[in-house]
Amino acid sequence: MSAPATFVPSTFASLIAPGFFSSGAVRTALTIGVLVAIVAGVVGTFTVLRGQSFAGHAFGDLGSTGGSGAYLAGIGPLWGFVIAGIAAAAAMEAVGVQRARGRDLATGIVLGAGLGLAALFLYLGTTATSTTGATVTILFGSIFAIPSSTVPWVLLLALISLALIAILYRPLMLSSASPELAAARGVPVRLVGALFLVALALTVALTAITIGSILSTALLIGPAAAALRLTRSPRAALASAAAIGVGTVVLGIVLAYDSNTWPPAGHAWPVSFFIVTLVLIAYLASGVPAYLSRRRDSREGRDANAGSAGASTLGAGGETTGAISTVVR
Amino acid sequence: MFQGFMIDTWVVASIVGVIAGIVGFFVVLRGSSFVAHAIPNGAFAGAAGASLVGASTLLGLGVFAVLGALGIGTLGRHGRHDVVTGLVLAFMLGLGALFLSRTIEYAPAIYSLLFGEVLGISHADLVPTIVLALLCAIAIAVLYRPLMLSSVLGEVAAARGVRTFALDLAFLLLVALATTMTVPVVGALLIFSLMIGAPAAARALTSRITVAMALSVLFALISVWAAIALSYRTNYPIGFFVGTISAGCFLLGRLWSRIRGGVA
Amino acid sequence: MKVSETMTVDALETAPTDAGAGARARAEVLSVEGVSVHLGGRQILQDVGFQIRAGEFTGLIGSNGAGKTTLMRVILGLQAPAQGRVLIGGEPRSRRAAKIGYVPQKFMLDPDAPLRARDLVALGIDGQRLGFALPSRRRSELIDSMLAAVGAGHLAEKRVGRLSGGEQQRVLIAHALVSRPELLALDEPLANLDLSSGHEVVALLARIAREQQVAILLSAHEMNPLLPVMDRIVYLAGGRAASGPTGEVVRADVLSRLYGHHVDVLNVHGRVLVVAGSEPGSGHGEWAVGSDEALTADQPGEDRGDSGDGSVEVIS
Repeated sequence: MSAPATFVPSTFASLIAPGFFSSGAVRTALTIGVLVAIVAGVVGTFTVLRGQSFAGHAFGDLGSTGGSGAYLAGIGPLWGFVIAGIAAAAAMEAVGVQRARGRDLATGIVLGAGLGLAALFLYLGTTATSTTGATVTILFGSIFAIPSSTVPWVLLLALISLALIAILYRPLMLSSASPELAAARGVPVRLVGALFLVALALTVALTAITIGSILSTALLIGPAAAALRLTRSPRAALASAAAIGVGTVVLGIVLAYDSNTWPPAGHAWPVSFFIVTLVLIAYLASGVPAYLSRRRDSREGRDANAGSAGASTLGAGGETTGAISTVVR
Repeated sequence: MFQGFMIDTWVVASIVGVIAGIVGFFVVLRGSSFVAHAIPNGAFAGAAGASLVGASTLLGLGVFAVLGALGIGTLGRHGRHDVVTGLVLAFMLGLGALFLSRTIEYAPAIYSLLFGEVLGISHADLVPTIVLALLCAIAIAVLYRPLMLSSVLGEVAAARGVRTFALDLAFLLLVALATTMTVPVVGALLIFSLMIGAPAAARALTSRITVAMALSVLFALISVWAAIALSYRTNYPIGFFVGTISAGCFLLGRLWSRIRGGVA
Repeated sequence: MKVSETMTVDALETAPTDAGAGARARAEVLSVEGVSVHLGGRQILQDVGFQIRAGEFTGLIGSNGAGKTTLMRVILGLQAPAQGRVLIGGEPRSRRAAKIGYVPQKFMLDPDAPLRARDLVALGIDGQRLGFALPSRRRSELIDSMLAAVGAGHLAEKRVGRLSGGEQQRVLIAHALVSRPELLALDEPLANLDLSSGHEVVALLARIAREQQVAILLSAHEMNPLLPVMDRIVYLAGGRAASGPTGEVVRADVLSRLYGHHVDVLNVHGRVLVVAGSEPGSGHGEWAVGSDEALTADQPGEDRGDSGDGSVEVIS
């Protein structure tokens, strides 16, 4: 169907390789990608605010175990990611999610064991079925190869995650900013934290099928961290994170599709590569305003101090010059 | 398993054990497990790139591991450390996937780079690996004191004239070097667990620095040797054994702590 | 209510310092001259200057946000001042880095880290030099004697990460002292200690200042625990400093000029309170600092209510 193409400005359309809008695989990829990017932006913002990026990363790596186990068992990777994620969330909740040096170590060890298991599952599955593509699909994702029958499930999981965030919005904001204050106000901090972990686990499962389990945190953390560098307002950050995520995913899909026509033709570049690279670029770009203001600061500092004339040190019995604004807290 | 073609592997494995044990000691002391997780992924991209252009794997590993280390070090200075490390990690993996996708051997190559390969080290790389290991050892000996001080008391070190940023970078480069040597055999995704499991077990057994470092080396050696032997026998991937044996080391260490009731 | 100036000076009589050397001019260990720091769009320090001589105990007093930590960082060389300079033993900062011993406020180490107290002190001897030191009897004896001097001899073989806050602090003091510095700088050492531990640390530091002729610079937001031992005070408010012998600085006229509005200095049972005078509509009812037995400090921003006409602010 070429009807959608007429809505697109002709210059933009000319950048896209032919067949883009008519390809079913592309449509599925775009649908899933946009949905996942929105959820990842929202949940990712809270993840960064709560300082739980490492938890997201752990879910990703343990998702590898789940995905490869699912592959071995003959079921779709999405369910492997979801089950592994929920199990990991439960374990984290039981052990306590606070990031401390000792915890980092234990988490690292568990991830190592999990990845080792993933290696085993992949090996066994590959030997059993004599196919070799599983490693790439599970670990690095292949969004163009997702069957369209998966879309309703992706939609469902995305809605569940967003619903959890929407319901928990206020208590989540409060307990992320200050758990003690939230507890004092009667917020069930532990429960809110546990439910958030569930939303996080589901989100990581979604990003895992999009760009692969070991890359999944990039889509979760990158746009969110970039958004938080650009704005202080939580609501604006949520919206920006989703927007940046959607932008990188859509652009990534477009570029990957186009790369099929780049020389040497017929061999497309992996989508995940584009998305991850664009996310990194977005994050680096978000640091530019802060960099510029730091340079302005040091210049201002020199000017300001050059301008204030005369000594104003007070020794015993010394004199004060000029008015002083008091900073008494 | 000790026939001629395996000798190289055993030699490199021993080197890997020693270096991973020593560098891992500092990784755990500084709480840099996540960084140790990230830098090998840079190495992965380098090896992939090398295989694409037909260059030496070791060279590709080294160059990209160093680039990844420098990227994490400099970008992490003003941004959030976690975020930068995670994004650079992902970017490197994506790059590696891109490189490998252009080669014919996409899937098997990815698999052995990520999860290890018993015959992963070529004879031509043996001497360079030994040289790198010696460089690593010398670097650690030279930097030992300021590295210890800045790892434990960063501000005090800075006040005493230690160039802490340069030292942080030097440490990241050390991890990059250690990674370069170990990835071909153990695999990029699992090398970090070798670097944290052994020291974690060692510190549970003793409070003395030199003893802890020696034990760390010992446990790393045992882990690697066992992993190679088991992988040779069963054909299961080395990474699987490294991951599980390191976890075992860690658990044994914790068990020992419990039994002793908290070693003084 | 105004306290007569004579009473104030008597109550704040400076503690006797090193008896014999009183008449001799002592070497100047630290000189801060015209230091200004501008960070994040704010003027944190403005033209701060003072001197410290060998063996003197100086308190750097100011409420949270007054600029104590920034000033400390400038002295340690961790922060470059926009203007002014720091001289250590008469020479510019950079070349005399090893002559200041520093005890940071926060120290975090894994309980499992394989580092014993004696290892931490050993790092203080020459930790900034390359290479590694060979163990020797002389080093061991030096470490043991330094730990004993701070009352932590029995902790030598224990893991530093497993010690209590107060014990860790003693080990850190030993670490800072073992290189024989001319100045020992401590960043809010009393902040997390209970009252009696705080008194012990202050007494220990005073003894060290006397016996080893080490100058001490200690930052705190409450001056009362230091009154018995402080020779000089550097009083920070709003980024500006008043420095001198305690009795000459902690006076209503000097501090009023520093704050820019009228303050009174009260002497209550030997303890000093600096109180902002009441003007209708001026106060927020905020109690800024001061964890004294007579008065307890609240979190900033919480209303304590009025006392009579207009509210009273206790500053420190």
